[in-house]
Amino acid sequence: MASKRSVAVIGAGMHPWGKWGRNFVEYGVVAARAALADAGVAWTDIDFVAGADTIRNGYPGFIAGATFAQALGWSGARVSSSYAACASGVQAIASARAQILAGLSEVALVVGADTTPKGFFKPVGGDRPDDPDWLRFHVLGATNPTYFGLYAQRRVAIHGATEEDFAQVKVKNAAHGLNNPYARYRKEVTIEEVLASPMVADPLRLLEICATSDGAAAVVLCSLDYAKRHGIANPVTIDGISTVTPTFPNAVIEMPNFATDSSVAVAPGERTFRSSIAHAAYEEAGIDPKDVSLAEVYDLSSALELDWYEDIGLCEVGEAEHLLRSGATALGGRVPVNPSGGLSSFGEAIPAQAIAQVAECTWQLRGEATGHQVEGAKVAVTANQGLFGHGSSVVLSR
Amino acid sequence: MAGVPVVEGFFDPSVPALLGTRCTECATVFFPAERSWCRNPRCESTTFDEVELSREGTVWSFTDAQYQPPPPYVPADPYVPFAIVAVELAAEGIVVLGQAADGVTVADLAVGGRVKLITETLYSDDDGDKLVWRWRPIKEA
Ligand SMILES: [Zn+2]
Repeated sequence: MASKRSVAVIGAGMHPWGKWGRNFVEYGVVAARAALADAGVAWTDIDFVAGADTIRNGYPGFIAGATFAQALGWSGARVSSSYAACASGVQAIASARAQILAGLSEVALVVGADTTPKGFFKPVGGDRPDDPDWLRFHVLGATNPTYFGLYAQRRVAIHGATEEDFAQVKVKNAAHGLNNPYARYRKEVTIEEVLASPMVADPLRLLEICATSDGAAAVVLCSLDYAKRHGIANPVTIDGISTVTPTFPNAVIEMPNFATDSSVAVAPGERTFRSSIAHAAYEEAGIDPKDVSLAEVYDLSSALELDWYEDIGLCEVGEAEHLLRSGATALGGRVPVNPSGGLSSFGEAIPAQAIAQVAECTWQLRGEATGHQVEGAKVAVTANQGLFGHGSSVVLSR
Repeated sequence: MAGVPVVEGFFDPSVPALLGTRCTECATVFFPAERSWCRNPRCESTTFDEVELSREGTVWSFTDAQYQPPPPYVPADPYVPFAIVAVELAAEGIVVLGQAADGVTVADLAVGGRVKLITETLYSDDDGDKLVWRWRPIKEA
């Protein structure tokens, strides 16, 4: 719930996800202008700009927050840039929040945008045998779906997940995304269609693995005082943000590594890295997972969404299939997961995705998610995890 | 086996064995090898023993690559899908990845099954064969 450590989200905007083939800056500006209009704040009133980056769009000097500031028209605002793989967007949000809570900023704009090439994510070019991301492709042929496949197969063996369960996640998210104007894929699918799609990384099929997309998202954050002066009596607030790193030893194999840490000298902690991410955000927000009305989680694969149910505390470990089969995580259920349609309907636009999760939660908490609204939403949580020990979670409420 | 390892310092194809290091203070094992500073956050050691990792392990999970991975992977022509295994090495307390041996498919693998390390050719170029470690299921007697 909102506290002195909360900031308000007074504007959210997106550029529709797709494969538009244009420059990421253009998408970012569309999303930023939409968020500013939604907030009713003039660009020139923004005193802090936080950009979320991805290296694939250029060298760090170019892909920085300042790129968006220039495109919106130099205004003298202070700036920051964040790179944290899939968590870049929330690191940018965390950067803006810190400025606001420190009293150094009153109203900030956070922007992330991506333009993606076709096909599997691949490492940046050149021979780099000291880069684990390069090595895993060269030595193992291990793509991102390889790791998703390993997690999925593990769920099958340990928790009795079935291929129908995995397909059901896709069916659910496709139905959720159907009416979301920002989603790239707006088409219902059936379990049969999912199971008829080609195998990519056994047991995961083509329709169960998230694509890469172009897209952009932006939010306007401000102090609770500013929101009040701006005439917003009951704003959506961000009450907790987590950008924790793993603790040693990280005993789960993760992209892009060849091996886990060794747990021969130190026993693994009570929580895996993935489950520690949302836990830290809940702690900061003072919220129990059972109070959550909806969640936006990183369904890089259909099976991974089931892992998240447990990792964000919607159910005990081993109970995710049961939760899914009960219908609790579908719209109309007890705690809808990915009401936006998730990555399954969007495809991943890396630096924009974590911001998009927050934008979706903002609209849900305002009751403005037309066509995919979670009735009576009070508390929302986001979660994601990316390469190199990056992950993030945000708790919002209204 | 003729040829050279596809990547230096990760394995000895003649044994065959994966090559790691063990911290002389806390005994944490590192693969790939760590030789500068122990990554156990409560250990300040900077000295390591060179070790060969266990050559047998238990399948933690497995999957396959039905589609040809992008470069820098060097695929067979025509492309042949391969399985990938995550293997738990009990003595080292780690899970390590590797491709499954030539001809092994997901149908031959099971979580909890035993596998052993072998050397095979990953690809060949003008300089000769590039060798890699792979995992082969151990047939139950
Ligand atoms: Zn040590």
